[in-house]
Amino acid sequence: MRRSASPLHAVRAAVGCALCAVLALPALLFDSPLVLGAVVAAALAVGSAAGAGRQLRRALLFGLPFALVIALLNPLITRNGLTVIAQLGEAPVLGRVDVTLEALVYGAVLGLRALGLILCCALYAAVVDPDEVLRLFRRVSFRSALTATLATRMVPVLQRDGRRMADAQRCRTGVPPSRVALVRAVAAGALDRAVDVAAALEVRGYGAARRPPRVRAPWSRHDIAFATVTVTLLALTLGAWLADLAAFDTYPLVHGDWGAGTWALSAALVLLPLLPFLDRRGIEPRAAALQAAWGRR
Amino acid sequence: MSVLALERLTYAYPGAPAPALDDVTLHVEEGELIVLAGRSGSGKSTLLRLASGLVPHVHGGDVSGSAHVCGMDVRDHGPGELAAIAGSLFQDPETQVVMGTVRNELAFPLENRGESPAAIARGVEEASLALGIAHLLERPTHALSGGELQRVALAAALVGRPRLVLLDEPTSQLDPVAGDELIGLLRRLNEEWGTTILLAEHRLERCLTAADRVVAMVDGRIACDADPSAFLAWAHSDAPALETPGARLLAGAGLGPAPVGVKQARAVLRAHSALPSTESPALLRAGPVAGKSFRERGRKKSFPAPPARSASLSSAALTPSARSASPASALRLRGVWVEPKGQPAILRGVDLSIARGERVALMGRNGAGKSTLLRHVAGLSSPTRGKVQAGGRVALLLQNPNDYLVHERVGDEAPVEALEAVGLASFADRHPRDLSGGERQRLALAIVLGGDPADAPALLCLDEPTRGMDRAHKADLAVLLGRLAASGAALLVATHDPEFAAAVADRVVLLADGAPIADGSAAEVLTGGWYFATETARILRGAGGVLDPDAGAALVRAHLTEHRPEVRHR
Repeated sequence: MRRSASPLHAVRAAVGCALCAVLALPALLFDSPLVLGAVVAAALAVGSAAGAGRQLRRALLFGLPFALVIALLNPLITRNGLTVIAQLGEAPVLGRVDVTLEALVYGAVLGLRALGLILCCALYAAVVDPDEVLRLFRRVSFRSALTATLATRMVPVLQRDGRRMADAQRCRTGVPPSRVALVRAVAAGALDRAVDVAAALEVRGYGAARRPPRVRAPWSRHDIAFATVTVTLLALTLGAWLADLAAFDTYPLVHGDWGAGTWALSAALVLLPLLPFLDRRGIEPRAAALQAAWGRR
Repeated sequence: MSVLALERLTYAYPGAPAPALDDVTLHVEEGELIVLAGRSGSGKSTLLRLASGLVPHVHGGDVSGSAHVCGMDVRDHGPGELAAIAGSLFQDPETQVVMGTVRNELAFPLENRGESPAAIARGVEEASLALGIAHLLERPTHALSGGELQRVALAAALVGRPRLVLLDEPTSQLDPVAGDELIGLLRRLNEEWGTTILLAEHRLERCLTAADRVVAMVDGRIACDADPSAFLAWAHSDAPALETPGARLLAGAGLGPAPVGVKQARAVLRAHSALPSTESPALLRAGPVAGKSFRERGRKKSFPAPPARSASLSSAALTPSARSASPASALRLRGVWVEPKGQPAILRGVDLSIARGERVALMGRNGAGKSTLLRHVAGLSSPTRGKVQAGGRVALLLQNPNDYLVHERVGDEAPVEALEAVGLASFADRHPRDLSGGERQRLALAIVLGGDPADAPALLCLDEPTRGMDRAHKADLAVLLGRLAASGAALLVATHDPEFAAAVADRVVLLADGAPIADGSAAEVLTGGWYFATETARILRGAGGVLDPDAGAALVRAHLTEHRPEVRHR
């Protein structure tokens, strides 16, 4: 996570996590391309407003090929749908392949859903402090939370190791080593690193860790604003889902609700989480706010 | 009660043929600052790991005898419990930092102890102020430099105010300035907080002045446990590889007692009227290259003769303009800029020429741009602006030799000719990971050198090749590099170690903020500063341009003969 000064970076981890989860929720509940598109747009807009636009754009570039593959694979492997738009004949394993419009549309829906979820995860990684998440969850299960956080901590360490190894291999003379040899060396290096990190943890007292104290930091204006938006979004999403708003079916024929309610829901999904960014007072990084809170106690 | 009490302690790692600690008896009292000396593999790190509880709880192995830290039996109490009384800092700061931000890293040990939020906040505040890292508190740990990371790791070790602090070569990755700052900081913690400190270090000249005692280890046993002065006397007779340059200088000049630091060395020289001035008649008579002649006299003992060069390429005659005009360049950099997107420039218009066979040391603080310069010279990266022209193949040995080792056999890593060149031909059937640190370094060198004489490198670049090496291994490496340079390859060595730079280089380029700020002969550059200077040069205040203790001793003897002819030296 890159530490930036933004209203979203200034909120407590619980609120940040909840916002990302609520932004992702419509992607799981709805099939409407409009709503799914709104999830993608919302994640990108919130990320940009929080100063994490570059990370989100990187995630978008990473996720687009996945979404495309899903969209293209679905019509090849599914037999549903009535509108045949192409007959590709017999194919090994797949049998007779008739591409239907409905399967193509459903593939696009699945791809869009995957993209929305990837972007919400990227937003979480970009704006929520993992150390604070660890603090949040370790009161429930300290060791599991720490293991999870350390696993993510090892990622940049191993990335750096990998880059160094790649440079070293470029400096070799003669025949380059085989991929198997490289993979074996990388695995051995990762194990060495894991042992080193484990030793560091032990000497920092992890082995004898006690249940951490509860930190009761006061709710900042940004905590309140984002929590309000999160609750509102959750209510809107669940309400719309229960009311069968933005319904969308692909099989046997494509049929969707493109009424004002769907448009309003989509617009709300994009615009509501941007509202707290209008207030940029007191946007110091979260840890400093916590420290200040601790100091007041 | 001793803070650390070891009684007849013997420890062997699982499957090891010999014990790493052998019948060790050691008592460390409250408030002592003890330096652990010894060659690589002598048992220093194992002793520190034992005191922190990592041995035997993490590493396993067999322990006999007794080991107590503040009365707690190490065999019954693991590192987690001992962490409250013993803070540890190891060599590699990258693997010691486990949290995302500096503030969280400092809070982590206190949270593990179940401290209250207020106590955590206060502990973090005080540790960050004491270590001078308050400005880094909100920084992500992955964005810190090596020196900053080491400070953060030290702060995390100290934040719980442990009674005992264990440090394993904490300055090995730091530049001379940061290294001296760290030692000064430890001294202050020891004097003002009464913290007991056990410090393993290879560069003894850096820390002996702060030490109360020196414990020297040889093959897992304590060979000497004495105050610094007595340790140096012991080292002179029994372990010359542990002798500091200052002690060697005075011993070579036949003077005593062995000095613990620069100040004491000067006092001894003054007491014997043996401190040569830069206007010494002996030097003036010998002319401007006197320093060089003394230096060569000292070098002959331990290093092969440098390759024959034309007068225009001798270190005394080199000037930047002469170098850039040389037609036989191994390397030429013209206005090289490295300006990463959204970040400050790393290299700022660097102009540099290196002649074939020339031996150049590249020095500067952490982050000055040394490694970046080497990467661009070797073609691993391209500059934003400017030109890099090499007069042949450039071989680059990066900082960590392990990054090169990917095979199961030494013989598969490099051709036989290259293994012979670095003296590893007899190790061909060994596993690379079974080699010692120095041997791995030589193997990595063989890998980048290659075995084809037709493809011999015109320039050999090394990035911090002496990281974590003891003095004897450094001397071996210097000899090896001298031999390679004698075959015609130019050398460009990035190093923080002025003693090593003096041993291998004829010319030193000092980088600061991405640009060379000094470029001259080793004698000129390494005698002209406070930090980037050898201990010999600091003791003699640059007299004669001598850098190494043997040359310094020769200079002192010449001075004494000049001023006190009645004195006859050995």
